[in-house]
Amino acid sequence: MSADKIVPLKPADPRGRMVARAAREIAPGMVVNLGIGLPTQVVDHLGPDFPVCLHTENGMAGVGPTLPHELADRNLIDAGGAYVSPIPGCSYFDSATSFALVRSGRLDLTMLGAFEVAENGDLANWKIPGRFSPGAGGAIELAQKALRVVVMTTHCDRKGNPKLKRRCTLPLTAAGAVMRIFTDLAVIDVTPAGFTLRECAQGVSVAEVTEATGAPLHLPEGDIPTF
Amino acid sequence: MRLSDKTCAMAEAVAAIPDGATVMVGGFGVPGTPFALLAELARQDKRELTLIKNDANETGTGVDLLIASGRVRRLITTHIGLNANAIAAMNEGRIEVEFCAQGILAERVRAGGAGLPALLTDIGMQTELSAGKQIVQVDGRCLMVETALRADVALIHADRADPFGNLAYRATARNFNPPMAMAATTVIAEAEVLLPLGGLAPDEVETPGVFVDHLCPMAEITEEYGVVRR
Repeated sequence: MSADKIVPLKPADPRGRMVARAAREIAPGMVVNLGIGLPTQVVDHLGPDFPVCLHTENGMAGVGPTLPHELADRNLIDAGGAYVSPIPGCSYFDSATSFALVRSGRLDLTMLGAFEVAENGDLANWKIPGRFSPGAGGAIELAQKALRVVVMTTHCDRKGNPKLKRRCTLPLTAAGAVMRIFTDLAVIDVTPAGFTLRECAQGVSVAEVTEATGAPLHLPEGDIPTF
Repeated sequence: MRLSDKTCAMAEAVAAIPDGATVMVGGFGVPGTPFALLAELARQDKRELTLIKNDANETGTGVDLLIASGRVRRLITTHIGLNANAIAAMNEGRIEVEFCAQGILAERVRAGGAGLPALLTDIGMQTELSAGKQIVQVDGRCLMVETALRADVALIHADRADPFGNLAYRATARNFNPPMAMAATTVIAEAEVLLPLGGLAPDEVETPGVFVDHLCPMAEITEEYGVVRR
């Protein structure tokens, strides 16, 4: 193959890259709730010696790795229904205690999925009227009360429409809640000015991120790091 | 002195539940769901029920035995995404569904169990769940009134119990069971293991037997209590 035919190096797995980048959001010592779906994959990037307390709202602090069916304890699941393991020092509690922890400021970080995020931090992730209305579960309290709320989502929906918008059109989960968004294209902060680009995925240009974002994207001075 | 024996056959305990009753049901997914008591409720053909339960189990199990057969009029819940049948029943107007934020459902139940008529919260004030709810001002903050929940009957799943109805739970099978075990006029608990009085150490008791009316030992742990293979 001649040099001029070399294809630019694209990330082999943009989602995997996004998950790995989002995992770096977790600081040692945090109490963290990972939402159902993509956010739970962050666990794979937390080593056995990394000090973190994962919370699941159905009543456990100190959630360990998921288990295959043959090793599962029928009484031990996370809120997404996955069979999980205990780690030394973990605890179990009822649903009232579980959300007391969330509402009273003991949850340092939650990482949630999203249908839409608005430039003012509004989050919609529980209902699409007429199509999807299973109920919000614990999402409202997580989004409204975690000390830090970040979202992990593909930048656009399956039809290619931006999920990051000026305003949410779907029913809100919480208003002004989201502080940072990890996507397959970029890391974006919600600031008083709106969406602000912090990092681009490898092989993704600033122009591509701007094009895929449904609201003005502010660019800080200097180089944009890649992840 | 000695503590009374509240052990009771499931059929007998469930027989006293009238049609039209409001029934709290413990459980989050499979863990903590009292499948045996629910099966008995369906077998006895109780109707026009209002259920209060975190979720609607999965199609064909648990509370779906009641929903699919048209025995449920109303469901107060937080998330029914794993039961397509319940979603269809809701969309077709066959059951009325009231959604509640999960921790607020727990707290409304806890208030009911604690003899409090209501609680104040800012949870969900920016969402459609606030529609129609009373707003009050406390210390200059606007807060929403969430009414307490009590039921005619609570169906509880415990791991271990003694004849007085002292209960202990396993792992994430706690969830809504401890608060619901305090919040109903008649509390019926099924237990996987029945210990003699004194067999459950006082320090191990999570739900004091004072709250429990009928203790039903389980004859067997059926398949629906097991690991779900998806």
